[in-house]
Amino acid sequence: MVTTAPPLTGRSAAPRPRMSRMRRREALTGYLFISPWIVGFLVFTLGAMLYSLVISFSRYQLATDTARPAGLANYEALVTDPKIATALANTLYYAVLAVPLEIVLALGLAMLLNSVRRGAGFFRTVFYLPKMTPTVATASVFLLLLNGSTGAINRGLAELGIDGPNWLLDPAWVKPSIVLMTVWGVAGTMVIFLAALQNVPRELYEAASIDGASAWRRFWHVTLPLISPAVLFNVLVLTIAAFQIFDQAFLLFHRTTTSGASDASLFYAIYLFEQAFRQFNFGFAAAMAWLLFLIILVISMIQMRVGNRFVYYEGGDR
Amino acid sequence: MSASADPISGRIGSAQLAAAAASPTHASSSRLTAWGWVGQVVRWLLLLACSALFLYPLVWLISASLKPRGEVFDNRLIPQTWQPQNYVEVFAQLPLLSWLGNSLLIAVLAAGIVTVSSAMVAFGFARFRFPGRNVIFGVLLATMMLPGAVTLVPQFLIWNQLGLVGTHVPLWGANLFGSAFYIFLLRQFFLGLPTDLFEAARLDGLSAWGQFWRIAMPLSVPSFVIVFLFEFQASWNNLQGALIYLNTGSATDYTVPLGIASAMTKYAPESGGHGDYQYVMVAALIVTLPMLILFAFGQRSFIHGIATSGRTG
Repeated sequence: MVTTAPPLTGRSAAPRPRMSRMRRREALTGYLFISPWIVGFLVFTLGAMLYSLVISFSRYQLATDTARPAGLANYEALVTDPKIATALANTLYYAVLAVPLEIVLALGLAMLLNSVRRGAGFFRTVFYLPKMTPTVATASVFLLLLNGSTGAINRGLAELGIDGPNWLLDPAWVKPSIVLMTVWGVAGTMVIFLAALQNVPRELYEAASIDGASAWRRFWHVTLPLISPAVLFNVLVLTIAAFQIFDQAFLLFHRTTTSGASDASLFYAIYLFEQAFRQFNFGFAAAMAWLLFLIILVISMIQMRVGNRFVYYEGGDR
Repeated sequence: MSASADPISGRIGSAQLAAAAASPTHASSSRLTAWGWVGQVVRWLLLLACSALFLYPLVWLISASLKPRGEVFDNRLIPQTWQPQNYVEVFAQLPLLSWLGNSLLIAVLAAGIVTVSSAMVAFGFARFRFPGRNVIFGVLLATMMLPGAVTLVPQFLIWNQLGLVGTHVPLWGANLFGSAFYIFLLRQFFLGLPTDLFEAARLDGLSAWGQFWRIAMPLSVPSFVIVFLFEFQASWNNLQGALIYLNTGSATDYTVPLGIASAMTKYAPESGGHGDYQYVMVAALIVTLPMLILFAFGQRSFIHGIATSGRTG
């Protein structure tokens, strides 16, 4: 990943005991240019991470801005608080539901767009409009569309003779509601697939066709292997996003503390936000954040391990 | 700050992807058989059906914003009774102008600042050699893997100690230090500029800053547009930041996401609101318009940016 910049001049990189004056100047200039990020990293990333680690072992009082050591209490609470298990299960369930659906829909739309001769640009724009719509606007509409009795979705289902569920109130349908809202903005993922599809050499399809491969076999043996890096990338990014789902769930179910939302919509990021900024349990929230970090890290690593076995990289194995 | 982007994006082969994204379709120009035409028509019908599904909520929103109170929930796409005065009344009902002004100011600051600071850092990585450069860049890439949740609490405490909670500063302040994802993106671009250009300028006596400001910057405008648009949209959408830093203030300090969220609670009947939901619809539509205008002018940049970077906003 980390590539070296081309050498500035033809000078050889023979090791020298000391840097020349010119090289020292160049290095100093380089450090000056990157200094904003270094400062930001030390304060807002590394500093914040260390701070977070300290807080997670403390009981933090916002009123006095002091942290008293609490040992492992916050981490023990992760195990004893039943809501953590609920939130984790909800989040995992949501991710398992949302990610495959997003991948299949995005890939399907991208392949459809890639196979028409005219108008692909127009349809791409149409599909992309929901992605440009601010999440609050989307949520304010879906709040009504998903209404169990008057909502357009259930009215539409009724036309087809289907008795729609009470999306927002039935705990079993809370997660599908959010999946529906997320899927409406699937165009971002679609654009990545579209770009990958356009990179598949046409000759390969023609050769496969001449060999008598069916459309299904062409997809399975030509398209999918060649776009597999994009599939893995999208799975990773969408999974990380799904584990941090917040905005949609907050806007539909958790705008107020008194809304009496059922536990079905208690996602991990929602519970973390509530603990940190409604209950001001900063220590517990920090411990929660570290657990989330660990979970995302492990899942990403498993996905990359498994994925790399199937992913085809042009130009040899990596 | 981008927490969701991922360093493996480099693996897709970003240059080719970007080139491919410029032309939306791949179908060849060879002549079609009769069956080929049938296939094209079927695909068009499918695409039209999908378009209807994607557009329906937006059309629904437009029409609901023009309805009187009693008819907002009736699901008609053409209002039975037209009430365009909603668009005037909403400004009396909600401090919508303040929200738009706050969000616009924050988004312009956030996007403008992050573009310049990230460009500066990216130029440092791309143009100059210094000990530890690759290690530092590796650390920068690694920070993109960090979920935002990990630094949420400590960053709040930092801003709290600076006495800036309740102001707009935390919503753009961290952008002064650049953002890893944009630095990565812009560095890739700077690496593509010919080295001779800078070498010649240096020999002519142009300072390092001059090389950055007068040569690299003007050549990189398309990349800056991508960064600016991405960050503008992210800032316009930033609900969680507003909830954390502005929620305790007065309603006129709210940004668009926080304002609309509060309006939903105020008017939605199911959360005990008093039911004038048409105002929420008008407000939702008005705050969507800037994004649609942005997209109308910057569509190419958005699509190009996603294809190059793998970030979907």
